Amino acid sequence: MANIECPLAGKVFEILVEVGQQINEDDEIFLIDAMKMENPIYSTASGTVKEIKVKVGEQVAEGTILAVVE
Amino acid sequence: MELIKDALLTTGFPALEIGQVIMWLIGFVLLYLAIKKEFEPLLLLPIGFGILMANLPLAPLMVTSTGELGLIGRFYHYGLEWEIIPPLIFLGLGAMTDFGPVIANPKTLLLGAAAQIGVYLTFFIALAIGFTARESSVIGIIAGADGPTTIYLAAKLAPHMMGMCAVAAYSYMAMVPLIQPPVMKALTTKEERLITMKSLRPVGKVEKIFFPIIAMILICLCVPDASPLMAMFMLGNLFRESGVVARLSNAAQNELMNIVTIFLGVSVGTTMSASAFLTFDVIKVFVLGVCAFMLATATGVIFAKIMNLFLKEKINPLIGAAGVSAVPMAARVVHKVGQEANKRNYLLMHAMGPNVAGVIGTAVAAGMFISVLAR
Repeated sequence: MANIECPLAGKVFEILVEVGQQINEDDEIFLIDAMKMENPIYSTASGTVKEIKVKVGEQVAEGTILAVVE
Repeated sequence: MELIKDALLTTGFPALEIGQVIMWLIGFVLLYLAIKKEFEPLLLLPIGFGILMANLPLAPLMVTSTGELGLIGRFYHYGLEWEIIPPLIFLGLGAMTDFGPVIANPKTLLLGAAAQIGVYLTFFIALAIGFTARESSVIGIIAGADGPTTIYLAAKLAPHMMGMCAVAAYSYMAMVPLIQPPVMKALTTKEERLITMKSLRPVGKVEKIFFPIIAMILICLCVPDASPLMAMFMLGNLFRESGVVARLSNAAQNELMNIVTIFLGVSVGTTMSASAFLTFDVIKVFVLGVCAFMLATATGVIFAKIMNLFLKEKINPLIGAAGVSAVPMAARVVHKVGQEANKRNYLLMHAMGPNVAGVIGTAVAAGMFISVLAR
């Protein structure tokens, strides 16, 4: 199990994966809006998305767990 | 026939000069850049239209036929000559600014200051090529990438330079993503651009409330001539951080800022009459302006590299480039250049520290010029 943490504070702009989807390390999985800029968040692990812990529009702090990958 | 001739003479057509038509073209270019290319539209659109208004013969916009101030002349007189508009813009900027990254990493204040070396280098270059000290100071401040400060300083020290310096500052601010990256890459190695920085610590509400109060007192004591800008900047920030005057904070950020921006843009545009603008100095100012931006970027990056010689925990020297105060564009550029080297490197919030410190640094630099040159 690996937690994908948000590397910068901002608002969840788009979720690019679904629960159950197979992903690889470095895949773009979220877009976080910070300072009016859409920042792609890359997966730090390969595996299956087990859980997505945030919703679109939610404000997230740096270090917030965005998803769990198994 | 005589009647028609007399009627024609009351129109602006016979009084129209070629210089005014050239200024119309410049106004059209700014309007095109604002509307079609979305280059700093909030400022370039009213400035472009203001240029058209300033170059209409016989139209009583700046001065009436009886020698009194016209409509736009009053905007300029009360807004800029009375120094009301730039401090009000700073009130809004303060309400929009989050000092969290600076408080979390106070070292970044040094980077905001280092980029101002570019201001002083440009000042000396302008002096060397024949501008007066007052004119050189306004050209130098373009390096700070801060429009309201440039306009404020020009109103104080060289009002005839205001239009060209403001347009240079805003044009180059829109071009930050083009001007800065080559300088940043030339001055850093791939290894330096790969440096990742530790997460910023969370900053508490009490710290955020005390910061504008203490900063205002310290800055205004050290550089009293920077106080009109800095006091309003910090007041706006206290509106934001206190959490008890949301209405005032929102008004400063939105309604007031928008209203003042209209008057600022139009007033600056109307300083650009053909006689004031169509000089060889304009070309020199635009060339010096781009050099100023590059110098400020370079000094910020070089200073960050010097800091790394003494720091146990290295900083990514790219964030030094955000010391020019084009907020948040310069921070975004740092972030993008960092991600070109390592796509998992998120420098955005780290670059916001020097970026907001740069706003303070540029206003302080302007205050220092005023204290030395205005007397």
